[in-house]
Amino acid sequence: MTEEVATGAAAGTGSRAHSPAVAAAKARRWGAFYFAEQVLRVMKGYGWSILMYSVGQPVAYLFAMGVGLATLVEPEDAGAFGGVSYLVFIAPALLVSAAVMTAANEFTFPVMDGFKWRRVYYGPHASPLTPQQIAAGQIMAVTLRLLLQSAIYFGAVALFGAAPSGWGWVGIVVATLAALAFGLPLMAYSASIKDDKGQFAMVMRFIVMPLFLFSGTFFPLETLPLAVRWIGWISPIWHGTELGRVFSYGYEEPPVLTVVHIVVLVALAAMGWILTKRQFVRRLGQ
Amino acid sequence: MRNKAIVPSNTSGGVPARHQAVIEAKDLRKTYGDVAAVDGISFSVPAGESFGLLGPNGAGKSTTMKMIGAVTQRTSGTLSIMGLDPDSHGPEVRAHLGVVPQQDNLDEELRVRDNLLVYGRYFGLPMSYLRPKADELLAFAQLTDKAKSKVDALSGGMKRRLTIARSLINEPRILLLDEPTTGLDPQARHILWDRLFRLKEQGVTLILTTHYMDEAEQLCDRLIVVDKGRIMAEGSPAQLIREHSTREVLELRFGSERNATIGAELQGIGERLEALPDRVLIYAHDGEAALEQVSSRGLRPLTSLVRRSSLEDVFLRLTGRSLVD
Repeated sequence: MTEEVATGAAAGTGSRAHSPAVAAAKARRWGAFYFAEQVLRVMKGYGWSILMYSVGQPVAYLFAMGVGLATLVEPEDAGAFGGVSYLVFIAPALLVSAAVMTAANEFTFPVMDGFKWRRVYYGPHASPLTPQQIAAGQIMAVTLRLLLQSAIYFGAVALFGAAPSGWGWVGIVVATLAALAFGLPLMAYSASIKDDKGQFAMVMRFIVMPLFLFSGTFFPLETLPLAVRWIGWISPIWHGTELGRVFSYGYEEPPVLTVVHIVVLVALAAMGWILTKRQFVRRLGQ
Repeated sequence: MRNKAIVPSNTSGGVPARHQAVIEAKDLRKTYGDVAAVDGISFSVPAGESFGLLGPNGAGKSTTMKMIGAVTQRTSGTLSIMGLDPDSHGPEVRAHLGVVPQQDNLDEELRVRDNLLVYGRYFGLPMSYLRPKADELLAFAQLTDKAKSKVDALSGGMKRRLTIARSLINEPRILLLDEPTTGLDPQARHILWDRLFRLKEQGVTLILTTHYMDEAEQLCDRLIVVDKGRIMAEGSPAQLIREHSTREVLELRFGSERNATIGAELQGIGERLEALPDRVLIYAHDGEAALEQVSSRGLRPLTSLVRRSSLEDVFLRLTGRSLVD
């Protein structure tokens, strides 16, 4: 009896694992997707709260800012906001900011969990997957979450009538790109942390919040004194927001600036990816 | 109902025949800065053997395992696993292995069965294979009724068994076990040993590190005693005991004050004497006879015990230190 249990006794299940050579070849090709699948399965565990957050947040913000706060700034200030309503002005900013904040969460604590707390990365690291693939898989899964969340957010924006141009949906991609431009350098930093001494709380308070407030989110960047305006120039939120406005309501800026936004966002994300990859290889290979 | 092996013995894909070396290490070194964690060790493991690395904490066992597991690159020397260099063929080498790490790293947020499915995906295995295989491995690990539990609800022994089940999802012919039973209670250890013994019977090559001599004696066909990154001795447990110790050991306790000073009065009894802080060990072919000699000199120890020599004694002899500090 025990013997049967011990050896499986799974008569008829006959199928065999493919050879190690096949496993390695598949992993070399699809490894990042395999790890993304793991991250998505874990996310599914708290999928309901992700969904509630994705729907609840835009509705709350759009209502408070666009319907509440907007009554104080309209209509006589419309000129200051490029001739559109305050709600239309802030909607792209809220969309981008929400994505950046999600990235700030997804690229900090889960990374620490992977290396230190529950050592999640060390399981796949012993399998045919490479450290680069583990990093890439996590990024892919988070990107998917960002796209989904931004799509829901944009849906709410559209329902509030805050995306007059037909190109507003491009904001979903812009928000995701801005989130990666902020999130990937942060991921590299998270991967370098050996001991949690509250660094992530500091990042939230002293980096994410100032960026959120001073990135031309609630008022045009030009209204700020030069002394703090630079915060916007280096901020992925500002670049993402300005870009989002171009698509959302045809915000007029010099075309070269539009190109600069895209270049800055892509460059930040690329730099973050290179640093993250290097950090994963170094740390897992120790 | 036919019995099915957890790991089929005639897997396709160029598996070496029994006794052909699956792992070859030559002058293997790994340094971290100025510290040599592994300092030039050589060994060869034939297919189907249970091979142990015995040594105290910090001896270089885990570092050696990481190099074999193709997760850490060596500093120098040569290493081949199934004929492949782990530094250049990491994914290919890892595809051959099952790994049970020192610290469990299960997906605590996933359910027990999902842990097996997800891990199998890392090897590109299809769900049609993984679903029945996961159930089979849960039965092997005696976790069938926990299939839907969350991992954090499992006991330490259950988590360890799940980690072993997970390591078998790709039907590996080589299983690496780093301190597999550290931190488990005696009953959980015996269950685990029994599972490992079954794998050994199925012809799986087991490579394990341990600092428990009873574990090494139970599971290893052959082992190397490692200290400070070097091999101190090599052989089967019985061989090592024969070569480096006497048949029996007489353990005497005279109280912590006198253990160190009593040595002179015990001279000449047995073949060798070892004075430890808490006890005195007399190595002799016949322990009882040695005890009689002690009494005849008018010495009255607080406690006395005659036992057979173990690997602990071998280690003490070779390094002058005990295994578990």
